[in-house]
Amino acid sequence: MEQKLKLDQAQIKRARKAAEVIAKDMDEFIAKRTTVAVERTVLRLMGVDGVDAEGVPLPNVVVDHLLEKGELSQGVATRMIGAMLYLEQSAQEVAERVAQGSIDLTEIPLVDYPILVHTGQKLAMEGLNKIAANRLQRDTMIKQMGEGKKPYLYVIVATGDIYEDVVQGKSAARQGADIIAVIRSTGQSLIDYVPYGATREGFGGTYATQENFRIMRQALDEVGKEVGRYIRLCNYCSGLCMPEIAAMGALERLDVMLNDALYGILFRDINMQRTLIDQAFSRMINSYAGIIINTGEDNYLTTADAIEAAHTVLASQFINEQFAKFAGLPPEQMGLGHAFEINPEIEDGFLLEVAQAQMARQIFPDAPLKYMPPTKHMTGNIFRGHIQDAMFNLVSVLTGQGIQLLGMMTEAMHTPHIHDRQLAIENAQYIFNNARHLSEEIYFKPGGRIEKRAQEVLDKAVMMLEEVQEIGLFAALEKGMLADVKRSLEGGKGLDGVIERTDDYFNPFEDELRERLKLPQREGAAYERRSYTS
Amino acid sequence: MNADLTRVKPYGDTLDDGMVQLSFSLPVPAGLEAKEAARQLVMKMGFDDPQVYHMKDLGENYTFFIVYGKCQHTIDFTQIRVPQVKSQVMNFYEINQFIRDKIGRKLVVIGACTGTDAHTVGIDAIINMKGYNGEYGLERYPEIDAYNLGSQVPNEELIMKAVELNADVILVSQVVTQKGVHLTNLTELVDLLEVEGLRDRFILICGGPRISHELALELGYDAGFGPGSLAPDVASYFVQELLQREKHRNSYYASN
Repeated sequence: MEQKLKLDQAQIKRARKAAEVIAKDMDEFIAKRTTVAVERTVLRLMGVDGVDAEGVPLPNVVVDHLLEKGELSQGVATRMIGAMLYLEQSAQEVAERVAQGSIDLTEIPLVDYPILVHTGQKLAMEGLNKIAANRLQRDTMIKQMGEGKKPYLYVIVATGDIYEDVVQGKSAARQGADIIAVIRSTGQSLIDYVPYGATREGFGGTYATQENFRIMRQALDEVGKEVGRYIRLCNYCSGLCMPEIAAMGALERLDVMLNDALYGILFRDINMQRTLIDQAFSRMINSYAGIIINTGEDNYLTTADAIEAAHTVLASQFINEQFAKFAGLPPEQMGLGHAFEINPEIEDGFLLEVAQAQMARQIFPDAPLKYMPPTKHMTGNIFRGHIQDAMFNLVSVLTGQGIQLLGMMTEAMHTPHIHDRQLAIENAQYIFNNARHLSEEIYFKPGGRIEKRAQEVLDKAVMMLEEVQEIGLFAALEKGMLADVKRSLEGGKGLDGVIERTDDYFNPFEDELRERLKLPQREGAAYERRSYTS
Repeated sequence: MNADLTRVKPYGDTLDDGMVQLSFSLPVPAGLEAKEAARQLVMKMGFDDPQVYHMKDLGENYTFFIVYGKCQHTIDFTQIRVPQVKSQVMNFYEINQFIRDKIGRKLVVIGACTGTDAHTVGIDAIINMKGYNGEYGLERYPEIDAYNLGSQVPNEELIMKAVELNADVILVSQVVTQKGVHLTNLTELVDLLEVEGLRDRFILICGGPRISHELALELGYDAGFGPGSLAPDVASYFVQELLQREKHRNSYYASN
């Protein structure tokens, strides 16, 4: 990438190196553990779906059944495959029988190790082949239908009713949106199961369920054909069910997922061990499914000052990049986040926004950067708000951002009305088109305000990352070094769902994903031990 | 030219022209009929001479309009009464001094964004150390112990915590709403406090972009703070209110 803005390359290397060490330490921690959410994901990928008589999802029923008996540390696959072979039934049928209480998985004899691994591999291949087929279908559709130009226009629908969302989503697509995100019902991130079926009630958003994914996917495919543009579907792969949502999204051909390594810890008080383990598996799935992840650095600026805390955004981008790499996620799928949140009253604030955006562009040249709109300084003066959004759009096209979450003039007032969205799209289309090649015409003045600012933010990010590296990520989180939020290793939600793996732990989907993503196998993993005769 | 304050009308560029701009969508396909429908609707709203200046097809049989019309109605401005928080606004130093001199103990303030609301921007601005727009938040006040419980706090939990910490003041923030859910949350808190017989124990304050003092009183709160309110506005109110209450309580005990 052309260096329009002069940045100290040695500093960038230092930052990346520190972030790599941070992520590597964590990866070693993650390798020894699993979670209830990871194990439920294994079941979902084996085809287990549906709910029991009380409405509890079957993956939860089976995993809780083994957890209660203290038999989850080998991985749910071990017992599940044993039962499938012994009873000669599918994973779904076995799960239904567990739900009825007619079998106890721990009383069924285990199968010989080679048979277990062989069967697991077969199931993993079947499950992942479905995901591969979806990926292929997406690529084919994009080839046939075409797609919008970058920055992609990303809008949110959030009615609470999936059928109402369909209307709003299709309407937005017709107006020019490229990505439709169905925002989740508030609080879903803190429930330790994924609701089931089509839902028509939610608060501030619509529940993420596999059926809702399917309904929206179908609607966007229909409207995409009509408008001659592939319309991407986005949801939220975060919270206590991170990897399950990844699996459901991969199975229903979602294209974009909010998926941050640290967001849940800092902003939702989810236990840090739980989130870090969950994010690793969820990102492997997202990677294999060709899903673009969006990270949540914008959240660092919702309460902190955007000028003072700018380096925390960059530092988090580096950390997210490295966690993504350890999950086999290529740069082209890393929608690293940042936001346009500088107080509009500040003189030359626009210059500082340009510095941040151009710096991120050059440091992560292949990442489709996800740029978030002004929210904190939106006031209810919708006319001024519309101009703030226009300035935000101008920075985006000037610095080549990848994904533009469109600002709404009614931000901080209510969830968008149908015409708020249309006006936002019109605003972005006007500016993107009108200034399409502006960036090609611009070099930043050496030693000028923008260059100095970018260099200053980079230097501070390097210092912060090296400090975190020094003490380790857990300790840094405990000290409140990120986002000024202190979290403890044993605190937060979901710790009871973290389980240490035994030596014979088996997760055929992780093994097969590692194989297909060309990641090294975990030490002692079944795939490492098995003879490659098959 | 002076307006007749007993008969006030919107102003565009000529006194009493009544000019109002409206924008809205209708669930009908764009076209001449849609435009006429928008015009007639605005007329029914009480506007003369409606002009549909902009129509945009939103797809899926929805259409957006920008319409101008002349309002027929008037308001008697001289009869308007709005309840307002009656306290003298003090600054950071004055408030702490006030507490030291007149109350003589540290105050406990607890705040949360309740119910389903995940937007902490309001409560953070009031409570967090850093504050907002150059004004420190309550955490910074040496005479106040402030606790920010964060977002999506169930009302029950807020009450439990308030009792546990023996709070003097409860602050509730509601930012983003959908279909009026913020009102349900706010009302529920008052109901719960009343059922538990705890309502009088706390100074109960709500805040947010859709909150006015009047609405707050209507919902059973002691005060409400709208957009732009900062920590000193809120703290000035509750220290003075607390002093009033303590005086009242003391005189009550004295007379018994």
